[in-house]
Amino acid sequence: MTGSVANENRIAVVGSGPSGFYTTEALLRSGVPLTVDMFERLPVPYGLVRFGVAPDHPKLKQVTTAFDRIATMPGFRFIGGVTIGDDVSIDELRKAYDAVVLATGAELSRALDIPGEALPGSHTAGDFVAWYNGHPQFADLRIDLHHETAIVIGHGNVALDVARILAKTADELRRTDIARHALEALAESRIREIHVVGRSGPAQTRFTAKELRDFLELNTCDTCVDMRNVSSDEFEPPSPDDPELTEKLSLLRAFSQAAVTKPRRCVLRFRLSPVALRGRDRLEAIAFKQESGAVEDIACGLSLSSVGRKTTPVAGVPYDAHRGVHANIDGRVAADGSVIEGLYVCGWSKRGPNGTIGTNRGCGIATAEAVLADITHRRPRSDTPDALLARLTGRGARIVSYPDWATIDAAEKRRGAALGKPREKFVTIPDMLAAVRA
Amino acid sequence: MTYVVTDNCRGCRYTECVTVCPVECFHVDDAMTYIDPENCIDCGGCAPACPVGAIEPDYRLAADKKYWIDVNRKRATETPVISARLPALPGADERRRALGR
Repeated sequence: MTGSVANENRIAVVGSGPSGFYTTEALLRSGVPLTVDMFERLPVPYGLVRFGVAPDHPKLKQVTTAFDRIATMPGFRFIGGVTIGDDVSIDELRKAYDAVVLATGAELSRALDIPGEALPGSHTAGDFVAWYNGHPQFADLRIDLHHETAIVIGHGNVALDVARILAKTADELRRTDIARHALEALAESRIREIHVVGRSGPAQTRFTAKELRDFLELNTCDTCVDMRNVSSDEFEPPSPDDPELTEKLSLLRAFSQAAVTKPRRCVLRFRLSPVALRGRDRLEAIAFKQESGAVEDIACGLSLSSVGRKTTPVAGVPYDAHRGVHANIDGRVAADGSVIEGLYVCGWSKRGPNGTIGTNRGCGIATAEAVLADITHRRPRSDTPDALLARLTGRGARIVSYPDWATIDAAEKRRGAALGKPREKFVTIPDMLAAVRA
Repeated sequence: MTYVVTDNCRGCRYTECVTVCPVECFHVDDAMTYIDPENCIDCGGCAPACPVGAIEPDYRLAADKKYWIDVNRKRATETPVISARLPALPGADERRRALGR
């Protein structure tokens, strides 16, 4: 870096998913003398690219090469294994940095808020995704697949992801980076019927045509549409100028007419709102209300609800409970409409869970612009990052660097190569740290 | 598969696509942008971002637009990567209206 250290702006980014990396890139490309310390709770980076993107979507995961390139930019430092709000408070972080950018995502799944949601057999799709992707916090989740029927509630891309993973055989997943415990459990799955149920009609579904297309290529599962609450003219596209919707509706039409011959079935159902999960000791059925008001029970042993996500509140950061994000005005954290100096937000924890990975690039650029516009009239810091890190180490934190991550990455790839997988993830923090020391 | 920039971009070149591309796979010349199919990860972010509907996945292209797959592949090797938005070409808004967008 050019410029003296005294003039250099020190910026902390909290979170190492797409929005954290793209904000970092925009800051480091700005030409303003600054450094970025990227804090991550886990020893491993990439956020939802590692723990959210489905294992059978490997091409999308290639975005990590862009993140690794950003990590080589001068001024970048990865500080893994440190939890903000636990190991370090937001106030402590703000004293040591000129600006703090929260890129903490939207990791909490929204609840259905209906009776029976706590019954065994009822899970959120978000937890199921984190489980099959080997997130350390979810590796021990008990997912009981010894039932004939699963119900997925929601009509977004996550709903289709989890339905597709349930629909695939172990052989269709064996050469992906799916966590070993999930592959073993799915290999023993007795699920034969997967209902994907949503409140709206075909044209209002939020999943993309591209996600739906994946259902054309399942080895042992047919996809069909339950036409009870749908009329076939609804598959007519409302406008030829919307190729995305046109394709989605034409796929749904094809599924509605397809013959069912394979051992598994995925049934898309429309215009049903869940009202209760029923069961004596565990989930036995979900009651859905039709638009007419009539209630229909669908028997099932597994429920995965996918009705949105929200940001985990961080102590010391105002929270917008309605939107489920850190309260902010265009990326500047704000309480009751007044901006909190030096505190910013990007990505899903700024605007909610929407868009593709790349949406976070534009979002990160906008947040970086806000940081840079404000930073010229910052107040002097009362602490330094290095003093903060020394205190953290003194408190027993095991800080993981980007070269440490490279060691973990290489070890995971070696483990995977033996099994014909791109990687076999470590699914506990001690195992990740042991790979660094090995 | 890959995503492909087609003729609607010519004369507009809004470059909204560039901001949302997570892997910087857009290239540019004086007329339009192109997607490098070797780098595109099929995230689909660019297609809805384009104000004139110029970007489509390759499999969804109409028969008379399929040749854009080869044009993108070839021009991506001949033109520089664009990593930040450019101003739209002069007359872009008129052309967008003419395209009915």
